[in-house]
Amino acid sequence: MTKNLRVKSSEYIDETNRISFKFNGKTYHGYKGDTLASALLANNVHLVGRSFKYHRPRGIMTSGSEEPNGIVQINPGTNRTEPNVRATEVEIYDGLEASSQNCWPSVEFDIGGINNFLSPFFPAGFYYKTFMWPASFWEKYEFFIRHSAGLGKSPTSSDPDIYDHRNVHCDVLVVGAGISGILAAKNAAKNNFKTLLVDEKNELGGSTIYENNEFNKIDNKTPSEWLKKEIEELKGIKNLEIKTRTSVAAYHQYNYLLARENLTDHLEGKDKTNKIRQRLLKIRAKKVILATGAIERPLIFNNNDRPGIMLSSAIKKYSEFYGVACGSKNVFFTNNDSAYESALSLYNKGINVEAIVDIREQSESKIVKKVKEAGIKVYWSHTIVDTTGYKRLNSVSIMKLSNDGTSVTGSKISISCDCLGVAGGWTPAVHLYTQSGSKLKFDEEKQIFLPNQNTSEQISVGSCGGDFKIDEIIKNLNEKLKDNLNINETDLDNIKVEIDEENSKRNIWLLPSDKPLGKTKPFVDYQNDATAKDIKLALREGFRSIEHVKRYTTTGMGTDQGKLGNMHALGIIADTAGVKMGELGTTTFRPPYTPLTFGTIVGRNVGKFFDIFRRTPMNDWHVENKAEFENVGQWKRAWYYPINGETMHQAVQRESKAARESAGILDASTLGKIDIQGSDASEFLNRVYTNAWSKLAIGKCRYGLMLNEDGMVYDDGVTTRLGENHYIMTTTTGGAANVLGKLEDYLQTEWPELDVYLTSVTDHYATASLCGPNSKKILKKIIPDLDLSDENFPHMSFKESKIGNIQCRIMRISFTGEHSYEINVQASYGKDLWEKCMEAGKEFNITPYGTETMHLLRAEKGFIIVGQDTDGTMTPIDLQMDWIVSKKKYDFIGKRSLYRSDTMREDRKQLVGLLTDDPNVVLEEGAQIVSELNQSPVEMLGHVTSSYFSPNLKKSIALAVVRGGKDMMGKKLFVPMENKNINVTVANPVFYDEKNERLNA
Amino acid sequence: MFLINCPYCGERDQQEFKAGGEAHIERPKQPTELSDDEWAEYLFMRKNIKGVQFERWNHAHGCRKWFNMVRDTSNDEIKAIYKMGEKPPAQ
Repeated sequence: MTKNLRVKSSEYIDETNRISFKFNGKTYHGYKGDTLASALLANNVHLVGRSFKYHRPRGIMTSGSEEPNGIVQINPGTNRTEPNVRATEVEIYDGLEASSQNCWPSVEFDIGGINNFLSPFFPAGFYYKTFMWPASFWEKYEFFIRHSAGLGKSPTSSDPDIYDHRNVHCDVLVVGAGISGILAAKNAAKNNFKTLLVDEKNELGGSTIYENNEFNKIDNKTPSEWLKKEIEELKGIKNLEIKTRTSVAAYHQYNYLLARENLTDHLEGKDKTNKIRQRLLKIRAKKVILATGAIERPLIFNNNDRPGIMLSSAIKKYSEFYGVACGSKNVFFTNNDSAYESALSLYNKGINVEAIVDIREQSESKIVKKVKEAGIKVYWSHTIVDTTGYKRLNSVSIMKLSNDGTSVTGSKISISCDCLGVAGGWTPAVHLYTQSGSKLKFDEEKQIFLPNQNTSEQISVGSCGGDFKIDEIIKNLNEKLKDNLNINETDLDNIKVEIDEENSKRNIWLLPSDKPLGKTKPFVDYQNDATAKDIKLALREGFRSIEHVKRYTTTGMGTDQGKLGNMHALGIIADTAGVKMGELGTTTFRPPYTPLTFGTIVGRNVGKFFDIFRRTPMNDWHVENKAEFENVGQWKRAWYYPINGETMHQAVQRESKAARESAGILDASTLGKIDIQGSDASEFLNRVYTNAWSKLAIGKCRYGLMLNEDGMVYDDGVTTRLGENHYIMTTTTGGAANVLGKLEDYLQTEWPELDVYLTSVTDHYATASLCGPNSKKILKKIIPDLDLSDENFPHMSFKESKIGNIQCRIMRISFTGEHSYEINVQASYGKDLWEKCMEAGKEFNITPYGTETMHLLRAEKGFIIVGQDTDGTMTPIDLQMDWIVSKKKYDFIGKRSLYRSDTMREDRKQLVGLLTDDPNVVLEEGAQIVSELNQSPVEMLGHVTSSYFSPNLKKSIALAVVRGGKDMMGKKLFVPMENKNINVTVANPVFYDEKNERLNA
Repeated sequence: MFLINCPYCGERDQQEFKAGGEAHIERPKQPTELSDDEWAEYLFMRKNIKGVQFERWNHAHGCRKWFNMVRDTSNDEIKAIYKMGEKPPAQ
């Protein structure tokens, strides 16, 4: 059944621009300016989805971002698909496709609808109560629950769109471009405040822009006419930036706000490409003016969720703004005058209004009189007790309300209708206000929560601040602006306002029915199917805190965060428990106000921009020579260089053998390098390293171990004395930034009297480490002039020299136990240095090796790697490195902790070597070590930290930490694995060249 | 997200800073003279106040300078910022 329900041309709808779109596979037409919701309603489509739990048919309820029911899947099956989108916020374009969610096989016939008839068996907490036992069945339950849960479908292919982040700074941020926001922004900008005005909609003006109530006048014009003139004037104002389609998602402390600017969602597919889809604005505002408006409340009565039941204000917007009639037989149900405005709006366009059901006893305002004059039947002191119509409303039944509002009397009247507008009053949109940390208070008279204590420079104006009538809005706005912006006069000083006084109100949170509550379905949270019954059940079961009731009943936990029903939930709890609303408080409103896409959140930080990575100056050579890489911190390091299809094991065995038999070369550029200068540099090193530094001669190198104040090993590396007051420290690759941070911390906060300057020079140098018995010959070829004799250039010393005309620093130091040199040149010469070494080393079969071989070679020597053989619980004593801890120095970082009772325990885990009884079995790193096999539970003595097959020793070697391991030399232990137990023997961790003879070979 | 007024650089976003725990805990000048308990007091014990707290902060992605901050942990209001070595403001 399609019929066109356009009732009048609207200036916001371009009827010359016809747009075709698909909903659930069927083609419909709308016009430029329509939302998906208004276009569907114009085609008389109300049924758009099924509810979450009971699969009840649901229709569009609202005209804005508060929509709980009209949520759809946009462009299903494409890489631009998006779930859970509010139809009320989607602007239609040619080619748009949308489909219903949470229904199968279709929204018209949904198998899950059976849940509705089983609903007596699904009360609040059903899942918690039912799937608790037997505990082992949870996995089976979970499969089915997960299958039936969830609304839309997430895309399965990568997002083709571009997203962006932008920092924005302004003096005044105005959120919401209704009448209050527009006036606030205009006056702020005119007074030289750099002002940003944002609104989530594509048109300015909020609800006032279609406010044509003839009894409200501003300067003798209707509010709509008057505001259009104001908007026109905004265009010429300097200092004012306006962003539409921009929704503020979060309001953090210190006036830091996040907003999503939507740039292409309203464009046709071909116009979306190569443009930024959404931009996250990170706004720092000196002052924030919240003009977020108010959300109309529904009324809570039996079967209040059928398609065709909408907010009265939404019906008015569809008719006035979009020129769409939501029904042909309309009824309104209200507790205040605003439904009369909606009714009159329809009446004036020739749309049939059957009746108004009003729970109040009477109202004498002009608009009510006008409605009566129009001949529309008003039922005073009546309430709706039931509705009928499964997929579309077809009647409501009403009865007279008792004086106290808790029951109904008299006989039932049935009114046939296809659309019902409900008007339950207005709730200020204080979501952003509370996100900022500011506090609300409850206004008993108006029955609303209002801003009370601000935590930052902000004001709430208009209806979000509790002012609903135009005269109040303008008067209070004027005062707040003058006070907050510190200005003496505004445009608002001389505005004349006439309004139609509303003189009667009646608020009942849960309206009674002729049936007992247990037999009714008064929905409070439409999206999550939480009813007033569920809330009362939660209270009976002992829940008291509003936060607990929320979680137990899931009220307010849908994608709409209960923008419509939260107040009623509070009201029902307060009434049932006999407490005041103000004492109950509210649940927490959390960001985002409306859902954000992941794209908006991550912006440009996707793909190769996801994380920074660092490459050494020799990187291109490694790539050209087919190296495999590993990530070390942010660095990409050459891991091994396979030749002719070698496996990693084969490559590493070959590289390790070559380095010891002839020559190897390693890219060591990633090691952290800190330049230390100042007259107290030696004293500083004395305090940060465990060993003594004062007597280190210029041109000499020394290995140092750095502890935390708790005595645990933090970092290690070789430091070289370049001059009297000049050192260069090397750190581990991953620890470089933290070491510099820690040293700066001590220097700035504990020892500011020391004259020491630290500079990170890691990126300034490229380092090639040349190692093996032929390394000396190779270096000699590169620098013939340098005297490489042991007398002139012994182990642990430093020379400054030149390769051609390239300045270089050479340290004769070794991490492999072989005779070796670390050659440092300015980073830009790194690749050149490397190629020179390769060329000179050709005749010695120089073999490039990666980090894996480096690890293997140092393990053969029992050298630790901080972070692999240590884990923040190892002292130097635990590592059997007592030799490096100075006994003479009075103090150094961590010294006192080495004498704590705990660090002196004999049975701490200590570093030892492990040899497997079968030399071909290689232990797994991380494997546990035990001394007993037949005990249960068995005591874990420690674990394997490093393990390799050594090609030079032709056997498996491992380092491990073992409880009391120091005294276990030669002891047999076991490493139990899944399928076998491996017999091991505790050994000296130095497996190779125990006497260090090769260093001078 | 705090806006922190670095005493050397001016107002910057919180992202540029690193928190460094409680302020005004001086490293003992003569650690060897302390008992295990006294040393443990320095090493491990930190206050965790709901209310006004004195903290160390570092402008890690900026000038790398350390400074002190007085912050109310209950509402994250920054009451004062002062350089290392300066006297804390009277409360």
